[in-house]
Amino acid sequence: MAAQTVTLERQKRGFWVQTYLPEIFKGMGVTLKHFFGAIAKPSENIVTVSYPEEQRPYPARYRGRHRLMVREDGQVRCVACMCCSTICPANCIHIEAAEHDDPSVEKYPETFVIDQLRCIVCGLCVEACPCDAIRMDTGVHCSPFIAEDTDDFNALEGELRARERAFYARDLLMEAGDHSRAVQGGRRSF
Amino acid sequence: MNFIDVALIPLLKIGVIVFGFAMLIGSMLTLAERKQSAYIQRRKGPNRAYLFRKDLRLNGLFHLIADGLKMLLKEDFVPHGANRKLHLLAPMLGLMPAMVIFAIVPFMDYACTGAMAAPIAGKDYCFPEELGALANAPLAELSNPLFNADLNHWFQVANIHSGLLYIFAVTGLAVYGSAIAGWASNSKFSLLGGLRASAQMISYEVSMGLSLAGILMIYGTLDVNELVREQGELLFGFLPQWGIVLQPLAFFLFLTASIAESKRAPFDMPEAESELVAGYFTEYSAMKFAVFSLGEFVTVVFIAAIVSTLFLGGWQVPWLYADGFHFTAASMPSAVAAQQLTVEAAQSALTANTNFAPDIALPYWLVVALRIGGFVTKVLLMCFLQLQFRWTVPRFRYDQIMHLGWKILLPLSIANLLITALVILLV
Ligand code: SF4
Ligand code: SF4
Repeated sequence: MAAQTVTLERQKRGFWVQTYLPEIFKGMGVTLKHFFGAIAKPSENIVTVSYPEEQRPYPARYRGRHRLMVREDGQVRCVACMCCSTICPANCIHIEAAEHDDPSVEKYPETFVIDQLRCIVCGLCVEACPCDAIRMDTGVHCSPFIAEDTDDFNALEGELRARERAFYARDLLMEAGDHSRAVQGGRRSF
Repeated sequence: MNFIDVALIPLLKIGVIVFGFAMLIGSMLTLAERKQSAYIQRRKGPNRAYLFRKDLRLNGLFHLIADGLKMLLKEDFVPHGANRKLHLLAPMLGLMPAMVIFAIVPFMDYACTGAMAAPIAGKDYCFPEELGALANAPLAELSNPLFNADLNHWFQVANIHSGLLYIFAVTGLAVYGSAIAGWASNSKFSLLGGLRASAQMISYEVSMGLSLAGILMIYGTLDVNELVREQGELLFGFLPQWGIVLQPLAFFLFLTASIAESKRAPFDMPEAESELVAGYFTEYSAMKFAVFSLGEFVTVVFIAAIVSTLFLGGWQVPWLYADGFHFTAASMPSAVAAQQLTVEAAQSALTANTNFAPDIALPYWLVVALRIGGFVTKVLLMCFLQLQFRWTVPRFRYDQIMHLGWKILLPLSIANLLITALVILLV
């Protein structure tokens, strides 16, 4: 097959474009307009949202951080099967299992911590859970914090403490917890 | 000459001008640049640092202190195999030229302690209380501090008679800082950055020098303060003959060449983040890094000062002379007449003729304040423009930089020189 030739028209640039100067002045005009606009009317022209003092409204389908569901008697529903911590791509779920007093419950999580700052909000833990013990539908996110919120003047220590606030432990996750319609073994409770 | 004159006053001038002005504005520019770029991009910019109280933020002013502290506390790292002495020397060589250039920047005319300072053809002359031996001397000697003891250069660190050459000499030194930094770091990124810096700075120095030659031919002096005095003359009887009026092309050529000298975007090839990490100061940390970046910002101030001095009339405020505003050349003796006058004749002509009174009379101290204020305003404005330029224009490619330097700026500045020479010859 014969080679095809495509002739591309080179874009002609006029003398003034070539000299680059008028374009520089135009550009300076644009940046100066933005600059003085931002100074004259900051509220209109500056688009920064000063998080955490200001927050954007979240979209309607925003799901939010995790919660741990509870049984009828208020105990944690989770059976510490480690499915969620295994699948978690961010490796941010830490579970320590313990034996339950009730012989009908095999295990329960003595410690269940999610590092909300490492969580990438993928929802895989929810998918993985075999007994509907973890959900992400609270509609809120990990509350913002900054090092200066601690009364500590030692910046490093303050920062570490502030960091720890992102470790959401079992009881905190259970606070938003609810009963599940599903019961162990697949029957419905009502 | 006593101790006060020789040591104390120069030290005071150095303190106020170099540290209180150049360094201060230079370090403020580090924040100003971030703020300005933020506003250009419709952001708020840094505003979180606070002092004592969380709400005492002053829109981010304390980031200056925070940055300084951070730089002080960082580890001072010298890479393996680096030449320690040169590695230490380079940042100093980078900052030094930008600072010593302020020695010749005049913030005001000679301060006159004599009887009267009045303009003749747009230049102020300071008459001593007792004319003495000066009475029969030509008028020009009045503005020479060697003959006139009432002239005090209080507003210029060193009154060098070949100040313009000094500017070239010192800007020529600036290349050593980056070249040595690139060599001493034992890193390929640094070496490439250093090489680029030296090639670029040497190329642009040529057109920088040539574009100033026109100024030199017009005003006919190398003394920087005298250059500024010359710019006070009125062209066509009403237009102050600032450098930018007489040499508009040279103004743009010089500005472009000196921005290229300062190695900032769009001419930031030596630092090119996207290619060379940080170019010649890749291997620098802590205060050494801070000195390099401070040097860069002081260079911005120094370019602003030189451009305002040579092209924007320096300390001249339009139509303002030592005794007040003269809006037309008609209210002062003309240059032709003045050249033939002796000092005594000039003085009696000025005092006898009421036509030579200023349109708006002002006390001398107010004139001094206005002129210093005017100069500082010009410098700040030029700094602002340079920052704006840096955030407007996209970076050049390296071959484009060389093309611009050698094939465009250089021929243009030679053409400018030739045309200036022709005009001077014919007019
Ligand atoms: S949402 Fe994803 S990242 Fe977050 S805890 Fe669950 S599995 Fe891990
Ligand atoms: S939350 Fe669900 S998946 Fe995770 S350990 Fe508990 S039961 Fe298993």
